[in-house]
Amino acid sequence: MALTGVQIFKFLPKTNCKKCGFPTCLAFAMALAQNKVELSKCPDVSEEAKKTLGEASAPPIRMFELGTGAKAVKMGGETVLFRHDKKFFNPCALAINIKDSLSDDEIAKKATEVANSEIERVGQKLRVDAISLEYASGNSAQYEKAARLIAEKAPDAAIILNCKDAAAAEAAVKAVAARKPLLYGATPENAEAMANIAKTHAVPLCACAQGLEALSALTEKLQGLGVSDLVLDSGAKAAKEIIEHNTQIRRSALRKNFKPLGFPIINFVLRDDPVYEATAASVAIAKYSSIVVLSSIEKWKNLALFTVRQNLYTDPQVPMQVEQKIYKISEPSANSPLMITTNFSLTYFIVSGEVENSKVPSLLAVMDCEGLSVLTAWAAGKFTAAKISQFIKESGIEGQISHKELIIPGQVAILSGALEDKLEGWKITVGPREANAIPTFLKSKAS
Amino acid sequence: MAYVVPKESCSGKVLSVDFGKGEKAVTIGGENALPFLSFEGEIPNRPVIAYEIQDTRPDDWPDTVKNMYKDVSGDTVAWAKHCQDNLKATAVALRLISTHPDRENRSAQDAAKTIKDVLAAINIPLIILGSNNIEKDSTVLVAAAEAASGHNCIIGKAQEGNYKTIVAAALAHNHKLIAMSELDINLAKQLNILITQMGFEKEKLITDPMCSALGYGLEYTYSVMERIRLAGLLQNDATMQPPILGDVGMYVWKIKEVSAPDSEVPDWGALEERGITWEAVTATAMMIAGTNLLIMRHPKAIETVEKTIAELI
Ligand code: B12
Ligand code: SF4
Repeated sequence: MALTGVQIFKFLPKTNCKKCGFPTCLAFAMALAQNKVELSKCPDVSEEAKKTLGEASAPPIRMFELGTGAKAVKMGGETVLFRHDKKFFNPCALAINIKDSLSDDEIAKKATEVANSEIERVGQKLRVDAISLEYASGNSAQYEKAARLIAEKAPDAAIILNCKDAAAAEAAVKAVAARKPLLYGATPENAEAMANIAKTHAVPLCACAQGLEALSALTEKLQGLGVSDLVLDSGAKAAKEIIEHNTQIRRSALRKNFKPLGFPIINFVLRDDPVYEATAASVAIAKYSSIVVLSSIEKWKNLALFTVRQNLYTDPQVPMQVEQKIYKISEPSANSPLMITTNFSLTYFIVSGEVENSKVPSLLAVMDCEGLSVLTAWAAGKFTAAKISQFIKESGIEGQISHKELIIPGQVAILSGALEDKLEGWKITVGPREANAIPTFLKSKAS
Repeated sequence: MAYVVPKESCSGKVLSVDFGKGEKAVTIGGENALPFLSFEGEIPNRPVIAYEIQDTRPDDWPDTVKNMYKDVSGDTVAWAKHCQDNLKATAVALRLISTHPDRENRSAQDAAKTIKDVLAAINIPLIILGSNNIEKDSTVLVAAAEAASGHNCIIGKAQEGNYKTIVAAALAHNHKLIAMSELDINLAKQLNILITQMGFEKEKLITDPMCSALGYGLEYTYSVMERIRLAGLLQNDATMQPPILGDVGMYVWKIKEVSAPDSEVPDWGALEERGITWEAVTATAMMIAGTNLLIMRHPKAIETVEKTIAELI
């Protein structure tokens, strides 16, 4: 159970030496109780206290990585039920399920698709992060071979070994041990054998049971057997079970500090119809899943799922922003057109993308408006004639170009008069309202 | 350690609102649990999806969705009947977009006639939406409310700048009303208060905190909706208990992801599925956040979300 600040205080050195960054040991204890700091920040805490407090001060949802290397995915470590309370930290991994009973060519093709799934959206690189290899063949040698094949074809993807047969699983774990596969998994029946494999090869293990009571019992057993990096599968398949089980797991961990369920969750949302699979996956993404396993890898489905995940995991307090500066697109010269917009990431990436599409070399002045879109920034008084003219003057762009024409977004056409007053000698041109009209606009200007 | 189901005890309840008449009338809201968590309360009604139709050809809709209605969309009545008879719609939402001054600028009388014709042709519930022009809506929706008198429609949207006349009309002709504000829980609350102060019962209100499309501000709408639900259910804030509307279609079917051809964006995959999925995923996220009523456009997206609702209920 969670300890209160006063209970924790009893174990601290009580010297108020401030080395932890807090004015007193009591203040540090209070912060520990709320999971705001880690015990390791106090250098003088005794070994005995470390042991006692270690468990109580551990984050309520254990955090570890799925996979290895630069593209490993952090899982767990979440602290809230609703994103507006703080934020969701670690975006869930998306995985594709591949059956080992497929032909080598098909397996290789799917794994390659995963390897090539990365796209960029709003400045972030997004991809399908993992492959779940399902033991469908019933043939241990074939499974091991398939594991090697996906490891080779998708060198950065995390691997989930979806196999409940201990002997087959162990051979495959050995084959791809360097990739730290997630072993999926342990059931009440095979718990000992699976725990053994996970410990021997230092890989995380998924606990699979029907319902949360059985699942809690299983994770306690697995922890007792010495496995600490666990993932949870409550057997939820239908959207209703996913939302109910995942909510109960997250609440138990955060509100009750119920350790047996303080682990990341995996959900299999496989559906025959890929559009339907996308909506089912969205339920899991929104409601606390750390790994969402899909059956197929259409690009349009990836794009939609990458985007929900990105949206729900952004920081609700700080909109995504880009740096204020004058961006050069397609090697502009002194007489290339100059446009202005705000520094909201979404706005910048949409507009700069369309300017690139136009193939007309251009300058794009991006003004710091605290990450607000054009109209929002205008309505909030951050994208006004006075501020824009000040920004243009201070940027020094006037000395670098051979003309004095500034193109403003069509949505703020209303600013053009005031801007011409404030920016003496400049011509203000109102551009299109929507970015997708920018290529036509720029091309007709250039000709 | 024994597992105990962690339940949230909701002291408040979402108000239930019915619209339409006769056996096709539908009810939304009424739950005293967070979205789809029936282990902690009652969820008597499922979210309802209304098919969006318009009073003029939807020339500005992308092909993916426009083509679905090409044989009927020239005639609003035929379009409404098509949704009811062929697509088995539960409800229809008629957007009087042609009344917008920047569009055909049709008159309030024209709109009233369209409403009468549509109501004569269908027996499923009707939602009547203005063109979202503050000034014009305050005359168009008044005429529309009168034309639909006795049909127990939902009319909207009443906004801060025009709610007075629209509320009075809804009151006089006994309709339900959508109150829309701009992505801010306090504005939503304030508008509900202003409207109820006019003598309009909160039991007849629907809150539209403003929708946004996946990738284009979805996270703002999502969190505002979640906060409205939490305020209504956990803090029992009576001004935050009307059902929530997600006007999904109009926000989704104007963005690049649903209209850029495959050739232009090879990394994004097939255009048709991309558009449908975009609408279905946006709608699903809205439901998870607390939406009770959705307005959508593409039949396949609606079908998929209906299947998802069936799985969630
Ligand atoms: C999400 C949102 C918010 C978010 C902020 C998100 C953000 N980071 O900016 C929040 C909730 C915080 C917010 C707050 C407010 N908002 Co707001 N918000 C929106 C919303 C729904 C979407 C904005 C968005 O993300 N657009 C997407 C981006 C990409 O669009 P964009 O920057 O305009 O860029 C496009 C074009 O302008 C063009 N473009 C951009 N740059 C350039 C440059 C050139 C040269 C060219 C040619 C074209 C071009 O290309 C882009 C793509 O087409 C809009 C309504 C809507 N659907 O548009 C309202 C909206 C902008 N908000 C509005 C208002 C009034 C406000 C508030 C003042 C109200 C309030 N609730 O208090 C506050 C102000 C904020 C503050 N700090 O005080 C109004 C503005 C009304 C008006 N006409 O002035 C809008 C239009 C809502 C409405 N009435 O319908 N908002
Ligand atoms: S570092 Fe340790 S001993 Fe020093 S004040 Fe902080 S808690 Fe107390």
